[in-house]
Amino acid sequence: MAAEKSTREAFGEALVELGKENPNVVALDADLSRSTMTKLFARQFPDRFIQCGLGEQNMISIAAGMAATGKIPFASTFAVFASCRCFDQLRICISQPNLNAKIAGTHGGITVGEDGASHHAIEDLALFCSLTAFTVVVPADAIETKQAIKAAGNTDGPFYLRLGRPAVPVLYTEDYRFQLGKAVTMRDGKDATVIANGIMVSRAIEAAKQLATQGIDCRVLNMHTLKPLDEDAIIQAASQTGVIITAEEHLLHGGLGSRVAQVVVSEKPVPMAFIGIKDVYTKSGKPEELLQQRGLTAEAIASAVMATIAKKQSK
Amino acid sequence: MSKNTSTRSNLPNNPSTPARFDLSHSELKYTAKKLRRHVITMIAKAGSGHPGGSLSAADIVTTLYFKALHHDPKNPHWPDRDRFVLSKGHAAPILYAALAECSYFPVSELATLRKLGSRLQGHTDMRLTPGVEMSSGSLGQGLSFGIGIALAGKMDTRNYHVYVLLGDGECDEGQVWEAAMFAAHHNVDNLTAIVDHNMLQLDGRCCDIMGLEPLADKWKSFNWHVLEIDGHDISQILPALDKAKATKGKPTVIIANTIKGKGVSFMENNVDFHGKAPNAQETETALKELE
Repeated sequence: MAAEKSTREAFGEALVELGKENPNVVALDADLSRSTMTKLFARQFPDRFIQCGLGEQNMISIAAGMAATGKIPFASTFAVFASCRCFDQLRICISQPNLNAKIAGTHGGITVGEDGASHHAIEDLALFCSLTAFTVVVPADAIETKQAIKAAGNTDGPFYLRLGRPAVPVLYTEDYRFQLGKAVTMRDGKDATVIANGIMVSRAIEAAKQLATQGIDCRVLNMHTLKPLDEDAIIQAASQTGVIITAEEHLLHGGLGSRVAQVVVSEKPVPMAFIGIKDVYTKSGKPEELLQQRGLTAEAIASAVMATIAKKQSK
Repeated sequence: MSKNTSTRSNLPNNPSTPARFDLSHSELKYTAKKLRRHVITMIAKAGSGHPGGSLSAADIVTTLYFKALHHDPKNPHWPDRDRFVLSKGHAAPILYAALAECSYFPVSELATLRKLGSRLQGHTDMRLTPGVEMSSGSLGQGLSFGIGIALAGKMDTRNYHVYVLLGDGECDEGQVWEAAMFAAHHNVDNLTAIVDHNMLQLDGRCCDIMGLEPLADKWKSFNWHVLEIDGHDISQILPALDKAKATKGKPTVIIANTIKGKGVSFMENNVDFHGKAPNAQETETALKELE
């Protein structure tokens, strides 16, 4: 059994490390620091931690003001509040003036689980990708998260980092080197490509293993940076494998699938399929139950790959 | 024009020492009138804009830029400068007029307001206009933004003070009160909010649209130090700004009672000029009244 760790925990630890390296790093939270794990930063740097109470919008604009003076604020709350509740503040105070503020949305996607629809962030990535100045990153595991947090802290401009609540498999070893905007080939292949991010990367790898037993050679890309997208990797995948399947823990609108499809359709049209949440609000349940219910599984990815390869062959 | 010259000569050359315009009472009155004329001319030329809320804030903005603020137009990013955050972003013309008269950019540039390619946007853009501290336009966010600047100043033990100008209609926005609660809780005393209380908002009188009163009591109950003044009387504005800065342990709000459209008879207390440009005849009359 591979080791497991949540990306929010990795975020909390990475923020402390970043705080040690750079005195300008500050953290803000909206009464969720015990869940987002900014409590680790608060413990280490009490004078650089700002408790905003339950005022997320105020928090975002405060972070912007701090960024305007040269601080590097990391504002953290649940992904659903960071995006849906604060959209105007993100747009006016951070994106339009292109300020150096970082937003860490934890408890992303539906793997929040039992808290139900109000807490399931299924639109956050579409919203953040529509903010023109933002870089959007969805790390797949704890090791990638640590490096992504550091990259965000060391790169000027607004960032959104989407993190998760449950422990997820550790996919990388410590020698992994995260490169912003560069997809990672997790497994090479020539018959089809699955492009995934976040928790769906490990499921895509699992799907590729299942397909290999049936003689299908499937490439898996970890598209950790959702914006800017690694267009070269997508075009190469379309050209070399002729089939693309995307897999995301998000609505099918405006996230990974939509964004990859824009590139594929305009640069190298090939048959595609999309794994994600259809137009529905998900309900309470255990994370794994919800993933099964919405078809965010290795099995669903594998069968989408088979069906889409058939389309390629019938062309 | 001699007054303008004397203004410039009062600026120390060394930006590491506090730089401040230091106009006399009569010079401030003269300058406020001049800024009001710019507002009318700019908006008339643009063919759109918000004269009412610019004119109500003219005396406050003049007193800040030409007396109270430590700032240096030759060095707009001077880290120790006082900050003025215009939260009611639709009053951009009065800010642009002040910045131009302080020489952040040429006065002639005021004629480009709202035009394609101009640095003077319809609502403020901190990346385009020298001297502008915040991009605003969606109401209710400036107090929070100002808090962020103030907190950073405390962390870095810088002595600057942050002034945020809010509209009274803007106080309908919930975020204003999130920020008010925050600033008092965290003792953000290097921050002063000024409410331009002109009693009118776009759709009509504030008391009819969304009752604000008792406004001073609201701020008091949020644990702010509250001052109430006539926002057109420089001899009240200046001491209030001094008192606000001297108050430690809690933030101060100055509720400045003003008249929307102040200085132009047919714009005063006239909700129609919240967001409408004067026509040629109205412009001529207004400028005559402001001579």
